[in-house]
Amino acid sequence: MRATVVTITSGKGGVGKTTITANLSVALAMLGQRVIAIDTDIGLRNLDVVMGLENRIVYDLVDVVEGRCRLRQALIRDKRLSELFLLPAAQTRDKSAVNPEQMVRLCDQLRPEFDYVMIDSPAGIEQGYRNAVAPSDRVLIITTPEVSAVRDADRIVGLVEAGEKGPPKLIINRLNPAMVRREQMLSTADVVEILAIDLIGVVPEDPAVIVSTNRGSPVALDGRSPSGQAFRNIAGRLMGKDIPIMPIKESANVLERLSRLVRG
Amino acid sequence: MRFLDRLFGRNELTSRQVAKDRLQLVLVHDRINISPAMLDTMKDEMIKVISKYVEIDPDGVEVTFSQSKRQSRLTADIPVVGPVRHQAKKSPGRAKAVRSQAEAGGDG
Repeated sequence: MRATVVTITSGKGGVGKTTITANLSVALAMLGQRVIAIDTDIGLRNLDVVMGLENRIVYDLVDVVEGRCRLRQALIRDKRLSELFLLPAAQTRDKSAVNPEQMVRLCDQLRPEFDYVMIDSPAGIEQGYRNAVAPSDRVLIITTPEVSAVRDADRIVGLVEAGEKGPPKLIINRLNPAMVRREQMLSTADVVEILAIDLIGVVPEDPAVIVSTNRGSPVALDGRSPSGQAFRNIAGRLMGKDIPIMPIKESANVLERLSRLVRG
Repeated sequence: MRFLDRLFGRNELTSRQVAKDRLQLVLVHDRINISPAMLDTMKDEMIKVISKYVEIDPDGVEVTFSQSKRQSRLTADIPVVGPVRHQAKKSPGRAKAVRSQAEAGGDG
């Protein structure tokens, strides 16, 4: 096997990198792929709790890089999907504990064993970001339809293009179709026009994401939620499947629509 | 409050449009790493340099950045009053500017 290394990054914090890393990893594993998710947010690790694997951590990324354990010992197998693994970040160190060359070597070790290496990048454009992007074959840039997130995403697009990583792909997260309809939010077309990069998926704003994260069970496992469907579609597109990007439907009943109309 | 706005015929830009306009403007400057203040300085210097050779209307100078895909383009629109100073002044115009340019080109 020769894994594809995918880095999920955004510039701005809080736009959903970790949630998207967890869900795309789960969705790829559900599609029969052998997947390892790596948390590179050293000092602020969270991919473990989002995936519900926080109680199983013995060794972490820094232990591997510093030779305190073998790579295989640090990999945590997922509870639900036997072909999904997590390599957690260290919590008591900082970004300088790992350098980009070490990340490249680590991923080269993983490539023969997996189909996908999914790297969750920290926020920012400093060393943590450089560590996350150094080994990647493909970069996914996450933004929400907000001015601050789009502006930061644009910085990352510039950095990725300067770093000769090939054209990055865009995921728009937490799109609220009702707000877009009322012209209170940037639309998918607006964000794509502004950033001028290819779109690989749109994830609707969905309370199910918070509920599933509460439980440590990524929403992609949920067959009915609109965000879970969006994640499974993006995973399919990553694998090269031709899945059209569907317009996001509003999920509101008549009463909610009426109250919206009154409140304006 | 859009319902009330419509009722009273108020016609403001939607917040989506405002967001888009503001983003596009700020990104132009982010991408080329030049602040609006620095752009003004550059404009003033351009006016100074060009004025050495042709008489221009400094108030009519427009320097803008545009984007096509991720390629930035600097466009300077400079109304030329005449090819040489101390000529009889005519109203500045874009057509005149183009003709002046053609004449200058013919000489060189």
